[in-house]
Amino acid sequence: MIVAEQKPLMEIWEMVKDYKKILVIGCKGCVTVCNVGGAKEVGILASSLKIAAKKNGSLIEVGEVTLERQCDPEYVDEVKDIIPDYDAVISIACGVGPQFLSERYPSARVFPGVNTKFMGGAVEHGIWSERCAGCGTCVVHYFGGLCPIARCSKSLLNGPCGGSSGGKCEISKEVDCVWDMIVKKLTSQGRLDELMTFRPPKDWTTARDGGPRRMIREELVK
Amino acid sequence: MSEYKSGSNLEKVLKAGHFAFTGECGPPQGANVEKLREKAQHLKGMVDAVNVTDNQTAVVRMSSWAASLILLQEGLEPNFQMVCRDRNRLAMQSDILGVYAHGIRNMLCLSGDHQKFGNHPQSKNVYDIDSMQLIHMVKTMRDESKFLNGEEIDVPPRLFIGAASNPFADPFDFRVYRLAKKIEAGADFIQTQCIYNMDKFREFMKRVVDMGLHEKCYILAGVTPMKSVGMARYMAKQVPGMDVPESLIKRLKGAGKGKAAEEGIKFAVEQIQEFKEMEGVAGVHLMAIEWEHRVPEIAEMAGMLPRPTV
Repeated sequence: MIVAEQKPLMEIWEMVKDYKKILVIGCKGCVTVCNVGGAKEVGILASSLKIAAKKNGSLIEVGEVTLERQCDPEYVDEVKDIIPDYDAVISIACGVGPQFLSERYPSARVFPGVNTKFMGGAVEHGIWSERCAGCGTCVVHYFGGLCPIARCSKSLLNGPCGGSSGGKCEISKEVDCVWDMIVKKLTSQGRLDELMTFRPPKDWTTARDGGPRRMIREELVK
Repeated sequence: MSEYKSGSNLEKVLKAGHFAFTGECGPPQGANVEKLREKAQHLKGMVDAVNVTDNQTAVVRMSSWAASLILLQEGLEPNFQMVCRDRNRLAMQSDILGVYAHGIRNMLCLSGDHQKFGNHPQSKNVYDIDSMQLIHMVKTMRDESKFLNGEEIDVPPRLFIGAASNPFADPFDFRVYRLAKKIEAGADFIQTQCIYNMDKFREFMKRVVDMGLHEKCYILAGVTPMKSVGMARYMAKQVPGMDVPESLIKRLKGAGKGKAAEEGIKFAVEQIQEFKEMEGVAGVHLMAIEWEHRVPEIAEMAGMLPRPTV
């Protein structure tokens, strides 16, 4: 899933404090799963903003809605009748949400309520970890099913570097060295010799380096 | 010249079978050319080549190529370092051509410390290619006259290609294989991380020799003299991939007040003497960090002088 975290309330308040009618829009996709942008969080943010307004001696109206997804025009369309009633919109979906809303509703003032972090998953309850960098050419099968592009701090394809220590990355004791994991995994599978294969420089044209990306599935295009 | 890959002094010294001795010089954190020239003078005649670091520990300094050119003017042979952190493949290849055009003949290919350690931790890192791929790219440029994209180079950069090896990083068992991979990719010589744990290094070299890697590549053992107990503690705890045994810290402490530096030098000299005898070790890389003025006495004490002329 796409993992996000809520922006500090004060930052959100600073963005919208001059508006009287605010609509908070959640998303039932990834951000609901990572407990940051679903119906529950929409309610909490709406209440928090009202309290913040009251503390500042102002009265605001906050609307709440949670869409099936904010990355699909048909669902974004569902708020077309209520958007004009609001001075400001806060999207608490991933970074796609505020953009789809901004594109669909050109006159609306749209603000992001979360910081989009990465593509990953929950490794423990309440802990999420990055797994994919979206490079556009998956190569995890060369590395025991583990991705050094997303998970090595230097994205080394021929690691591990000289900073690997006790299974941890040189940047932090909190970060596992994925190359340590790769070496151990392939050793346990008796396939260590595969790591002796030189991995040539990656073609980054399929990654963000190739420019903003677009995918076309001809058979689905009407 | 054709008998050599680059014709650098370092290559000639190693090929002639001499025990090589390289030094290191960190460029200034500014455009202080005089300071750099002064550092260089301490190393002149003491070492066969001088590594010029590339924004080491991710701290911004005068660029390694520019500082290398100043060393050339001072009559020293630079070993130009390049890390993968700050440049993409376009910038790397153009800098490689540029340094060669100006007379640089040795190059050390490194991944580079993550920018998190440095003084611009907010920066974007590059890592377009990794150190293994950099080694291979320089070799391809030199031996096949080809850029990374396969296009022809009119005059290829004939560089003596160096790489690093850290026998003390984990997983230990893989380190010798990674070294083998770097040699396969094109490394002509290796400079190791600073060695303090001699037992572990002996074990590492045994494996290197068992695999015959020392016959395919020149291996220079890394030595950094400890200046103080504080430095030893700092290296032990703060520097990634460093292995400083407690026994060495004790030894430095035991030397008594104001004598830790002399003890540090004594230990370094003992190490160099052992490396001279150790199978598979072709030389020593002395990284006297901000201590260039102590290099002459270390070289003298370790019996490394005079340096050979080939």
